[in-house]
Formats: sequence, C-alpha cells, structure tokens
Amino acid sequence: MGDLFTNFLSGSVPMEAYLGVSLIMFFAGVYGFLSRKSLLMILISIELMLNAADINFVVFNRYLYPGQMEGFFFALFTIAIAACETAVAIAIIINIYRNLTSVEVGELDEMKE
Amino acid sequence: MQYTLLILLLPLLSFIVLGLVDSKWKPKVAGTIGTVVLTIITVLSYFTAFEYFTTARLDGVYQKIIPFHMEWLRFTEYLHIDLGILLDPISVMMLVVITTISLMVNIYSLGYMKNEKGFERYYAFLSLFTFSMLGLVVATNIFQMYIFWELVGVSSYLLIGFYYTKPSAVAAAKKAFIVTRFADLGFLIGILILSFYTKTFDFGILTSANPAVFSGFAGVTFLGFSALSWAMALIFIGGAGKSAMFPLQIWLPDAMEGPTPVSALIHAATMVVAGVFLVARLFPIYVDYTPHVLHGIAYVGAFTSLFAAAIACVQTDIKRVLAFSTISQIGFMMVSLGVSGNGGHEGLGYMASMFHLFNHAMFKGLLFLGAGSLIHAVHSNEMSHMGGLRKYMPVTHITFLIACLAIAGIPPFSGFFSKDEIMAACYEFSPYMGAFMTFTAGLTAFYMFRLYYGIFWGKEHKHEHTPHESPIAMAFPLVFLATITVFAGFIPFGHFVTSDRANYDIELDNMVAGISVLVAIIFIALATFMYRKESDIPKKLAKSFSGLYKAASRRFYIDEVYMFITKKIVFNSISRPLAWFDRNVIDATMNGFASSTQWTSQKIKGVQSGQVQQYAYVFLLGTLLITALILFI
Amino acid sequence: MAEQIIFYILAAIIAIFSILAVTSKQIIRSATYLLFVLIGTAGLYLLLGYHYLFAVQIAVYAGGVMVLFIFAILLTNRPGENAKTERKDRRIVAGITSLAGLAFCGHIIYWNISKVYTFVVPAEMKVQDIGHTLMGTGKYEYLLPFEFISILLLASIVGAIMIARKR
Repeated sequence: MGDLFTNFLSGSVPMEAYLGVSLIMFFAGVYGFLSRKSLLMILISIELMLNAADINFVVFNRYLYPGQMEGFFFALFTIAIAACETAVAIAIIINIYRNLTSVEVGELDEMKE
Repeated sequence: MQYTLLILLLPLLSFIVLGLVDSKWKPKVAGTIGTVVLTIITVLSYFTAFEYFTTARLDGVYQKIIPFHMEWLRFTEYLHIDLGILLDPISVMMLVVITTISLMVNIYSLGYMKNEKGFERYYAFLSLFTFSMLGLVVATNIFQMYIFWELVGVSSYLLIGFYYTKPSAVAAAKKAFIVTRFADLGFLIGILILSFYTKTFDFGILTSANPAVFSGFAGVTFLGFSALSWAMALIFIGGAGKSAMFPLQIWLPDAMEGPTPVSALIHAATMVVAGVFLVARLFPIYVDYTPHVLHGIAYVGAFTSLFAAAIACVQTDIKRVLAFSTISQIGFMMVSLGVSGNGGHEGLGYMASMFHLFNHAMFKGLLFLGAGSLIHAVHSNEMSHMGGLRKYMPVTHITFLIACLAIAGIPPFSGFFSKDEIMAACYEFSPYMGAFMTFTAGLTAFYMFRLYYGIFWGKEHKHEHTPHESPIAMAFPLVFLATITVFAGFIPFGHFVTSDRANYDIELDNMVAGISVLVAIIFIALATFMYRKESDIPKKLAKSFSGLYKAASRRFYIDEVYMFITKKIVFNSISRPLAWFDRNVIDATMNGFASSTQWTSQKIKGVQSGQVQQYAYVFLLGTLLITALILFI
Repeated sequence: MAEQIIFYILAAIIAIFSILAVTSKQIIRSATYLLFVLIGTAGLYLLLGYHYLFAVQIAVYAGGVMVLFIFAILLTNRPGENAKTERKDRRIVAGITSLAGLAFCGHIIYWNISKVYTFVVPAEMKVQDIGHTLMGTGKYEYLLPFEFISILLLASIVGAIMIARKR
C-alpha cells in the first residue's frame, strides 16, 4: 500500500491500479455469468470479461514492453472478434426467442435427450 | 491334354448358370442344359481315357500326366496349396465312371423328376456334385482332394435334403453331413500330420516310393504307433466316413431319403467309393510304410461287408436293401485293397478293387435306377407293396435281373470277374479271409434275390392303378447300364489299372471261381426256395431266430448306440455344462460389460447437463486450481 | 496529478457500473451500465496513449455492439418485465466464487507484479505505423491474423443473417 501511495504522489498511475480495475470488471462479469438466467445478461457479462482482458493486454503492453505493439493489436483483434461473437450470439438469441418465446438458459432444453 | 480342364469347368459353369437363373427358365431347359453339358464332358472323358490308355505308356508303365497345374495359395516355402489335374489310370477310370453314371442319372432324371418342384435346383446340384466329384478324383495334391471332398459332402447334403419340406429328409441330410464331417475331421488331422512331416501335399511326391520323403517321421511315435501310422489311419477314417465303413455307416441308409437318381449317383456309384479311391490313391504309402494299417482296413472292410449284408437280408424297404448292399460291396473293395500287395501278382487285390469299383458303379447304379423306376410305378418303397411286377415292367425286370446276377457273381456278368479277383486276393492273404468273404458273397446273392423275387415274383399286390413301364428317358439308362454290366467283365482291366501301373494279365483261378459261383448258386437257390412263391418259411425262420431277426432289422442297434452316446453322454456331460458356461460365464461377462457401462453412464450423465453456468463453475474453479498449483507448488 | 485524478475517476466509474450492470434487475438498465463501462474503458485507453484503440472501442463497442444489444433487448423483452436471476442460494454461491477469484487474483497481482515494470511516458502512436504493422508480413506484423479476422467477420455476417432471417 505504501508503494501505491508513493506512486500516487510521484505522478504516474501504477500498473496494479489498472490491473485492479480490470480485475473488478472481470469478476463482475463472472458473477453475472453465474447468477443470471437471461441469455442477454450472460452476453453482457461476457462482454465485461472480454473488456477486462483487453485492458490487461493494453496495460501489459504499455508497461512492460513499451516499444512494441503486440498487446495493442491483440486488443484490436479481440474487439473485432467480440463484435462478431455478439452479432452471431444475438442472431441466435433472437431466433430462439422467436421459436420458444423465452431466452432463459434453464429452459432451453428442447434438443436435450 | 489341356482339354481335360473343360471336364471340370463345364459342370461348374452349368451349376452357376442353373443355380443363378433358378426358375426363370422352363424346367425342361434346365434339364436339357444339364444333360447336354454332361454329354459333352462324358465324350471328353471317354476321349481322355482313350488317349491316355493308348499313348501314355512308357516302358510298360502308365505315366502320370499333369495337364494343368497352378499354385493357388502359397503360405510358406513348403506349405502351398495347388490346384491341378492329375491323370493316372485310376483317375482316368474314375472320370469314365463318374461321367457315365452322371450322364445316365441326368437323362433318367428328365423322366423321374418331371413335374417336381425345384427341378432347376436339382439339376444345379447335380452339376455341382459332378464338378466336385471330378475335382476330387483328378486332384494333384491331398489338400485339393480335401477341398473337393468337402464339396461332394455339401452337394450330397443338398441332394439328400432335396425334399426339404419333409422332416425325415432334412434329418437324414443333417445326419449324413454331420457323420461324414466328423470323419473328415480325422481326414484333416491326418493330412496335417502327414504334410507336417513330409512338407508336401503333392501326391506325386508322397507316392513316389522315395523313403527320403518320410524321413521326417523317423522316431516320431504316439501311443506305441508311429506318427505315419496315425496319419494314415486318420486319413482312412475320413475315407471310412464317406464310404460308410463300420461304425460310420449309419448315415448311408438314411441318405435314401433323397431322390432315387441321387441315391444311384451319389450314394451307390460315385461319392461313397471316394473312400476306396482315397485309399487307392495313397496305396503306395499304405503298402510300403504302414502295412498294419492296411490290414486294419481289410478287417474293417470285411466286418462291414458281412454286417451290412446281414442287415440287408431283413430290410423291407427296397432302397434300404440296396443301401446296405452298397455298404457291403464297398466293404469288398476295402478288403481287396487291404489284402493287396504292391506290383505284379501281389497287387491283384488293388486291381480287383478298382475293377469291382468300376463294375459296382455300373450295376449298382442300374439297381438304383431300376428301383427308382419301380417306385415311380407303384409310388412306394416297400417290398410288400410290390410283387409280381415282371408282367407290367419287362424292361425294368430284365435289367434288374441282370444287375442282380452281376452283383451275385454269376458269370458272364461283370460282377463275377471282379468279385472273383477279390476272392483270389483274399485267399492269397489268408484262407480264413477268403472263406469269410465267400460267405459274405453268398449272403449278397441271397439278399439280392430275396429282393428280386419280392419285387417281381410272389403274390401280386393290389395296385390303385396298373403299374406301367417307365418312359423312354428312364428306360434308356437302364438298358445302357445293363449292357455295360453284361460286357464289362470282359474288359482286360489288368491292362489298364494296376497297383504299379504296369501291365498285368488276369487269369481266372478256376478253383476260387468255382467255389464262389457254387456258393452264389446255392444261396440263390435258397432265396428262390424261400421267396419265389409266397411261403411260410421266411416267417418261421424269423420266428425261430427272432432275436437275431429283430436285431438285424433294427440294424443291430448301431443308431441307438449313437443316439445314446450323443444324447445321453455327449449332450448331458459335455454340451450342457458348456452351454451353461457359455450362458452364465461368457455371455454374462459380456452382459456385465454392457450393463456396467450403462450404469456408469447413467451415473455420470449429470455432468453433461447442458447448463452453461454449471460448466462455467467447473471451468473457473479448474482454472483457479491450476493457477494455484503452478504458482505455489 | 491530473492524470491520476482522471484515472481514479474512470476506475471508480468502471468498478461501480460493472457491478451495477450485472446486478441490475432490468435488462435495459444493465445494457446502459455496460455502455458506461465500455466508455470508461475507452477513457483508460486514451489515458494509456492508445488513441486509435480508443476510437475503435467507441465506434465498435459503444456504437455497434451496444446498438445490437439494445435492439435484441427490445425485441425479446416485454416492457416492464424484470430479468430473472438465479435462485438466491445460487447467487450467493456465485458471489462467493467471484469474490474468491477476485481475492486470489488480486493476491497474485499484488505480490508478483508490483516491482517489475517501468512506466514510460506514452508516446503518440501513428496511424500509419498501425496500418503498416497490420498489413506487413514480417516479424511482429499481422497480415495473416488480419485476414483471418476478415474471414471470420464475413462468416459471422453470413451466419447471423442465416440464423436470424425469417423462414
């Protein structure tokens, strides 16, 4: 904690701070994923987790390898992939809703057994 | 002589064609195809015989010719199975016999099997049989022979069970198949032993009288006999099964359930002499290396011939009488081989056996075809339903009489000559054997004339419609075979078939011939006295020897013994425990696998719930655990 | 100093709205909170000197994805209906699990990473460099992933249309 305070005074944001933010965001996503029933809510949770991962990429890039761009590009690609995933997932959700008039995970067992 | 291959291929082709088209064609077409093919191969084999016996002699000895030979399967350096055609005196003789009888039966069946259901199937099976029997006799090696040996077994099975809707026919077919198959097991083991030590299947090498071939057997003994003796004895068991030697004769009488022409072809003339042929084929080995086995064969043959003759005396079903007569005559052939030596006069028995085989095929074929003609006329197998038929069926009557005289050994019919040679060979072996066989020959004459009188003389049985002579298709084979039977005795057989394949002039031994003719005439007279007219004598005799009579008519209870052994002993003490073991241990193990798999999957089914959140828990906890493990340990 | 203040404000926004987003009863509110979180994240990128990423985040996430979400919510939810949550015990278990994970990872971060970095003052990243790197085929250049992403996008477009179209 002392370091945190020193860094706070010395004029630069410490890396742990960023990591801490992304950590909170990530586990908020985990909680949402585990505790909600709606598919849309689950999707929102997934977006949260992906965002947390993006932040981590960027932060590590900036702090550990400032001369390079790997983390940056991974974050970029992740955003693209997240967009794809969201598009397909929402298409599926709408389709499910059309067929079953429900988007709750527990009730989607038509194709089981 | 490449064309001999055609003799084999044509019947096979005919079988395939007839078997495939089945009922697409009119029955007559199928019959015609079968008969035409048979005619062609008969002509071919006569031609082969002519060419072989006129040209193939070298230094007075017939050479073995192999016009066709191919390696079929090669397993190792020594173990390879070949297919080929071997022409030597006995195989050429067998070609003639088989094709002749086959052709006669094919022609005969055109009339006899007319309007039967499954006519095409019948002809297909006949072709199959002819093919396999021909393949058997021309085999170049013992394994090829075994293959065709099994094939004749199959075709015999198919033809016995031709009337497959009749339970007794099905049972008879099964019985024939199982009994011969059981014997063939011995054959197979014998082949394996023999080839294991000699490293060859080839007849040419096996019978080359080269002791080096059998050097592998040196010192190998089992239960006091040499391995070679065991091999040859086991091979003989295979032959005994096919040739219905005691105690494996039980299938042959039942095989009479098949159509009568089939009985004539397979169960009188050709297939049942396969065992004799087998022994003849391996004769050089038997006589040079295992004479005691050969003597054993002689004793088995002698006993079988008497045993079967005794049973034949009391049977009332005419086909059964003929069946036991066949067993008895095959016994004669076996005896003759068994008492024979090798070469020159020593080899008289071998020649006599082959001669008898030839003659027997002709006259026994004739007898069966005649019997078929009678059955065709009166629709019954029972002697009591016949009687006095000579007026209605003159052709059948005369030809049947000729065959009876031939089998009884009355000159100048063919049976006399060959039987006389057999007797001479037996007397040379030992006077007791000679006397024994003479008595059996007398019995033969007795039961044949009992049959003859029972059918054609005696009290006339009331018929629903007057019996009539058979159509020309059936009468022609009778006349043809009767002609052969009359004249075949004058064939100088010793010029053609002898144990060393050299020339041998048959001389009639007047003493032996006189005795056997005398005995035959005495027994014929006895039969005439007893059965010519309806009389009480047979009944009285049957009463005074009631035990013997009953035993003989029940075929000396051999079938019952078999039933006891199989049902009571084998089934109860071996099969049942095995079945129990199979059901409760082997099957149960397999079922156990299945049910435990099912149980396990029922138990772990919950893991695959399809609930995403549940998976997420597992995934998350797993990740954390692994991270912890990596970092802290 | 200003940078730090901005960071902590953004951090607070992100933390609060993340938690609100997953706990809110109404799904449309959740989506809105998520939007705030995404915008906060974009702010973090800006703070770290990744201007291009900031633009992408705003355009793709806050623009595209959020519109999709809102459309989906409007299509699948009846007005005034609350989004269901799991049973209470399950929620507690989920919370405990998340907190445990949080504590665990926080522990790791705090005890392992705090000393190894050196902060470098962010330099402006040129869009030309980004373009060259994205289109290059050399080391640390990303033409191949770029093409993969484009194929993936194409597949997603086709897939999404196929799945969602009326039959």
